Amino acid sequence: MSILVIAEHDNQHIKSATLNAVTAAKQIGGDIDIVVLGGDCAAAAAEAAKIDGVARVRVIDAAHYKDQLAENAAIILAQMAGTYTHVLVAATAFGKNLGPRVAALLDVAQVSDIVAVKSPDTFVRPIYAGNALATVQSSDPVKLVTVRTAAFDAAPTGGGSAVVENAPQGPDLGVSKLVSRELAVSARPELGNARVVVSGGRALGSADAFHAVVEPLADKLGAAIGASRAAVDAGYVPNDAQVGQTGKAVAPELYIAIGISGAIQHLAGMTESKVIVAINKDPDAPIFQVANYGLVGDLFELVPQLTASL
Amino acid sequence: MKILVPVKRVVDFNVKVRVKADGTGVDLANVKMAMNPFDEIAVEEAVRLREGGLASEVIAVSCGVTAAQDTLRTAMAVGADRAVLVETDAELQPLAVAKLLRAVAEREGVQLVVLGKQAIDDDANQTGQMLSALLGWPQATFASKVVVGDNKVTVTREIDGGLETIELSLPAVVTVDLRLNEPRFASLPNIMKAKKKPLDTLKAEELGVDVAPRLKTLSVAEPPKRAGGVILANVAELVSRLRDEAKVI
Ligand SMILES: Cc1cc2nc3c(=O)[nH]c(=O)nc-3n(C[C@H](O)[C@H](O)[C@H](O)COP(=O)(O)OP(=O)(O)OC[C@H]3O[C@@H](n4cnc5c(N)ncnc54)[C@H](O)[C@@H]3O)c2cc1C
Ligand SMILES: Nc1ncnc2c1ncn2[C@@H]1O[C@H](COP(=O)(O)O)[C@@H](O)[C@H]1O
Repeated sequence: MSILVIAEHDNQHIKSATLNAVTAAKQIGGDIDIVVLGGDCAAAAAEAAKIDGVARVRVIDAAHYKDQLAENAAIILAQMAGTYTHVLVAATAFGKNLGPRVAALLDVAQVSDIVAVKSPDTFVRPIYAGNALATVQSSDPVKLVTVRTAAFDAAPTGGGSAVVENAPQGPDLGVSKLVSRELAVSARPELGNARVVVSGGRALGSADAFHAVVEPLADKLGAAIGASRAAVDAGYVPNDAQVGQTGKAVAPELYIAIGISGAIQHLAGMTESKVIVAINKDPDAPIFQVANYGLVGDLFELVPQLTASL
Repeated sequence: MKILVPVKRVVDFNVKVRVKADGTGVDLANVKMAMNPFDEIAVEEAVRLREGGLASEVIAVSCGVTAAQDTLRTAMAVGADRAVLVETDAELQPLAVAKLLRAVAEREGVQLVVLGKQAIDDDANQTGQMLSALLGWPQATFASKVVVGDNKVTVTREIDGGLETIELSLPAVVTVDLRLNEPRFASLPNIMKAKKKPLDTLKAEELGVDVAPRLKTLSVAEPPKRAGGVILANVAELVSRLRDEAKVI
């Protein structure tokens, strides 16, 4: 077996989701290479070389890969992928955008969002908002797999000493270009791999209330902030805070759901958390069926009390 | 400019599906079906572009069983001009759907394909990207804003950490996210009118596409149930449980 992991990075640093994909690769077994495709991405490549268990870092470095848009990236990655049995990428916005494009160019299926490796050709993935787990087997020559980061630990980093080598570039198709990126800088841990997540729902009622009630608790706990779709749609928090079937899947040690009813689409993204706390005024809210600890009452009283007592 | 909008018939999002006792799949007998919610957003966007004079025609297409006609009628009731059903009883996986859609996009000579980012049954999030690759067109996934210009489309995308705006040359493929728009409801008169709009049916075989599944589903299981929790009397009790029992704070 030979596995190619597509690194997610910002040309400087490797994104932690890559480490989860490496762990999935280790579970498949075999030689693991990482490809770092970017522009002026030597720093990221050097970081990739330190990840435990990686044999080779293959660098595709050119100006037309700087923004890592899918069209230029997929065409060269598909070329590189042909010599591997597996291509893995984290099921983040980056991996979801790129993976299927590479798969189609290779004329292979993609196995999306795996949560377990059964054997080198057989994987488990959630379907129907996590209401069912399908075990699927791929017969394609290259298995293109996206990895749910919350389901695999991060591979340790620092111990590795992979060979770093340049790989051939592909063409600049010139069909897409980046206009702008607005990335929020936050001192909080990333939602995808935080130890504690505090999430708020529609019940917060306004962005101001969300900030005033949820954030101090998150600050106390060193937590990432999540939200239900309703809270995101209402503009209380940015889009990428959405936890659920069509947002992020998280599995922290502690997940606190505040004023969230627990629709199946929300549960799909958080029921793998180790400990779940729900705070809701409705004792029949479905969130209590998955919570280890529940408090029934008004969040505007209970949450500040909780924050104060930590 | 013609726009193609692929729409999938899926289990209604309110239904909590059950796994079949024999572990071969989920039980879809007598379950309410509906248009994939993301596809409602895709149709709405395409119709708005036509209403804004930026598109000449909106064509809805669905691949699947005869009953997918209902989904196409729904698309026409909210404004699609006509519809194409690519009929097959075969199990369709995203790569096969993408190949069928490529054939339809080429036959119809469309300049833009607008799809949902994800079907809520298979949760694959693949078809648009695959279609785009097969057509050799640029892609903008997870769109929260779409602006069509002269021979180009500018799309704001929901990505990790924030938003990104990219510009694609046309023809192109766009997949839509939840925040793009709020789909309208079909009015009764429009539902009646939709019954008279053209709906063509093609057989998958006519398009010369091999739809054989590449992934074999070996089994489908219920996810592990979480053990029932406890309702606590007050915040102090919660804090002590989190500290002493769960040891997470
Ligand atoms: C295609 C599609 C995809 C979706 N994807 C997602 C997804 O990824 N993630 C997601 O979360 N949702 C998703 N949804 C939406 C989902 O179906 C629910 O609508 C949403 O999760 C509800 O959000 P909520 O729990 O915040 O709001 P509500 O369901 O309105 O719940 C609010 C809760 O707050 C409680 N409450 C009210 N006031 C107070 C108070 N003062 N104190 C304490 N409690 C109070 C209420 O009892 C209630 O339980 C999706 C829906 C569709 C159709
Ligand atoms: N059978 C189908 N017929 C028409 N469109 C489809 C079909 N399957 C998927 N699609 C489109 O592709 C999108 C993504 O689906 P998926 O890749 O399966 O998650 C959907 O939102 C639809 O727009």
